[in-house]
Amino acid sequence: MQDFINIGKRIPKMDAEDKVTGKAVYIQDLKVPGMLWGKILYSPHPHARILNMDTSAAERLPGVKAVLTGYNTPLIKFGFYKDNMPLKANKVCSYRDEVAAVAATDPDIAEEALGLIRVEYEILPAIFDPEDAMKEGALLIHEEHLGGKEKKPTNILNLPWRLVAGDVDEARKNSAHVAEDRFKLTWVNHCCMGTSGCVARFDLRNNLTIYSNTQIPALAQRDYTEALAAMGLEGKKARVIKTTIGGAFGSKLDTYAYEYIAILLAYKTRKPVKIIFTREEEFFATSPRQPAVIDIAQGCTKDGTFTFRDVRMVLDNGAYTSWGATTPSVMMMPISSLYKVPNVRYVAKCVYTNNTYSQAFRGYGNPQATFAIESQIDALAEMAGIDPLDFRMRNANTPGEVTPQHFNITTCGLRECIDVVAQKLDWRQNRGKRDGRGIGMASMIHVGGGARVYKSDGCGTIIKIDDFGTVNVITGATDMGQGADTVIAQIVAEELGVRVEDVIVTHTDTDICPWDVGAHASRTTFVAGNSARGASKKVKEQLLEVASRSLGENPENLDIRDRTIFSKLDPEKKSPLGKILRASHYTAGGRMVMAEHFYDPPNENLDREFKGNLSVTYAYGTHGVEVEVDKETGQVKILKYVAAHDVGRAINPMLLEGQVYGGAAMGIGYALTEQLILKNGKVINPDFRDYKILTAADVPNIEAVVIETDDPSGPFGAKGIGEPGLVPTAPAIANAIYDAVGVRIKELPITPEKVLAALKEKTK
Amino acid sequence: MKQTIHFKLNGEPVQIEAEPNLTLIQVLREKLELTGTKEGCGLGECGACTVLINGKAVNSCIFPVMETDGKNVITIEGLADVDGNLHPIQRSFVENGAVQCGFCTPGMVLSAKALLDETPKPTEEEIRNAIAGNLCRCTGYLQIIQAIKEASKKI
Repeated sequence: MQDFINIGKRIPKMDAEDKVTGKAVYIQDLKVPGMLWGKILYSPHPHARILNMDTSAAERLPGVKAVLTGYNTPLIKFGFYKDNMPLKANKVCSYRDEVAAVAATDPDIAEEALGLIRVEYEILPAIFDPEDAMKEGALLIHEEHLGGKEKKPTNILNLPWRLVAGDVDEARKNSAHVAEDRFKLTWVNHCCMGTSGCVARFDLRNNLTIYSNTQIPALAQRDYTEALAAMGLEGKKARVIKTTIGGAFGSKLDTYAYEYIAILLAYKTRKPVKIIFTREEEFFATSPRQPAVIDIAQGCTKDGTFTFRDVRMVLDNGAYTSWGATTPSVMMMPISSLYKVPNVRYVAKCVYTNNTYSQAFRGYGNPQATFAIESQIDALAEMAGIDPLDFRMRNANTPGEVTPQHFNITTCGLRECIDVVAQKLDWRQNRGKRDGRGIGMASMIHVGGGARVYKSDGCGTIIKIDDFGTVNVITGATDMGQGADTVIAQIVAEELGVRVEDVIVTHTDTDICPWDVGAHASRTTFVAGNSARGASKKVKEQLLEVASRSLGENPENLDIRDRTIFSKLDPEKKSPLGKILRASHYTAGGRMVMAEHFYDPPNENLDREFKGNLSVTYAYGTHGVEVEVDKETGQVKILKYVAAHDVGRAINPMLLEGQVYGGAAMGIGYALTEQLILKNGKVINPDFRDYKILTAADVPNIEAVVIETDDPSGPFGAKGIGEPGLVPTAPAIANAIYDAVGVRIKELPITPEKVLAALKEKTK
Repeated sequence: MKQTIHFKLNGEPVQIEAEPNLTLIQVLREKLELTGTKEGCGLGECGACTVLINGKAVNSCIFPVMETDGKNVITIEGLADVDGNLHPIQRSFVENGAVQCGFCTPGMVLSAKALLDETPKPTEEEIRNAIAGNLCRCTGYLQIIQAIKEASKKI
């Protein structure tokens, strides 16, 4: 293995000192001179017609500078389906529908003004079950929405999620064993510790600057620019400046009503306007993970070889459509390509309801699909009389495979992951006792080399080097806490022969930073890393060329180590980087050292049949759990947790472990405790007392095992690891619970009540 | 009606005029512009707003500012020295990967300080309990627990 100086090192995050001292500036902390505070009035009904609105009393309140409604603002359509608008006119379709907004000199005044707005509603019947909403004659959420071949009014979205490979029906007939189940998953909230917010301001020429905590600066910029056009400000510019992001996890992969409302208020008042969500708003007015009803069947031969996988899903879309409606495109990945399954069918429908609408959330549909697949694998293995460990090993993916969805599996450490988990859990010894203690495992596949979701999967990097040898890396990537800036600095330092502390990474401003499609699909280390590495190579060439003149040596004989350019033939011939740069700048006919690189991975968009090599490489992993189930209370206690991941290469093992621990802890919450409870469309637990994320007292010790497969396409061999830690957690736990007490829980979260009920049912 | 309150903030005496219904965090963030103290929920449920009052960790978002009169308040701004040398707990958080998005970090560091001031060599369980009121969504807590363990060896 190559000897690295900066790669593979446990280097602290570049912004950690700012964060431990409270100096990092989050959107909550940002103040702009003359700033007003915006507040939003939401619908008190899940479905109602707006008959009349009176904002006059609110407008008269001293300190109020603007009151906006859907009736006095230009129509801005936004969202993946362009079915949402910042302020609703005529009709509201969910409790989070924005009906009015106020800008005032003080947040308390803005709040008071909301209370003075009178809205008269005609309450309409509402529908909350997506399966009911699909039925013929169901009430319509959006009367104008037409779908199907006949273009009839319907609640079913025109998103034809359908993947077919091989002949599932024939394979089913020929299967020795077939398992069939229904799994149900519900809403969970991202629970970013920093709530949502932004500050919008216009300059005298009507160009917009928006301070935001977006994960998609370039795409958000496009959304805002479209909004400006809708406001009659065609050709005006939108600049997005990111503050420190207080958690994202997918929640900031889209633009939201509150951002457009801040823009509208800022334009109306000609003052900067800040909107910050309360925690209650964060719970009911942001978009949670997509709930799913999953009907799944899988079959195998007598000897436990997969014959087919057949999955049908109904997804509760909620009242509007964000990128969350495209989660089936990612669910296809585990359905088609987790283990070798020759015949695959997947059909999903997204259905409008009067519930909250969902969004991307770490894993992007993969955790839902993997829960169903991996839970059922244990059931299928049991039917076949095969140890689920052997079943998984027999069907595990291998390098060189082309999956039914046309993924080219290059490096693949799945068998190693399964194997190490089995060893750590002492599988043969501990499994199958049914004595209240049990072990289980589950695996995952995810994109590890970017994902061509958009036409481009690219990221740009600019590198320049100043007089003192400081390396400025200006990247399109977004650091949202995961440590992208640090990983990029390590990659650049390795390639350029400087120290990590010589590198300054700038990633916060669309006026400065190059283009990127955003921090999604666990793509940043891979795509932004390759981009940064490419720019480093170009800069290095320039550096060696410049140095060759002052050192009197051919560039090919020069190299850089520890900030010094030296001759490989005569190590005494050397010069510090800064000196070379100064010589270059201060010499007549001098030049600056700067390079850019745009890396767009050689992956493919899915075709019309949803097939294609979506990612350059794929990340695999297996989680193993030992649990103890209290048969009296139904309480599940995790005794041991092992998370093995094929990461290609760990550029920074400390940050990587942080992704795995954080993902697994979030996954344990998903499995056991977390649930955004909606009662007739209303979130009834919008606080941390009733919405249970894990605390430090709850989280088990997690052993993160790193499997390095050194992927040839990754930067120094690395694959993505942002999402994988969460993906197989819930099924691993569910499988361990089954091993402990013999009950199979098919609905998350697996609460003590559900375990107890299942135990009672079993003893009947 | 505004009232006058005197307390010690990060070692220095302060006198402020404040409406008695204000919480400590409102005074810290808005009047004194000490934005290192974060508000994550405003209900005393997440711990992001943790500060030390007479050495005890409290949620400043539900702590009436009037109650600080005559007391000793430490916020995150009071931990590193003026030359920017980090407190050993802060240093340990940096070095052990205990920081991701960082929003919970100031509160987490202060809860750790309250613990280590009282119990210099805590068990893992004591560490977990001491920060159980500080929610973190990024790290899964394990590197935070490790950081506090490591810090306890150095103080």
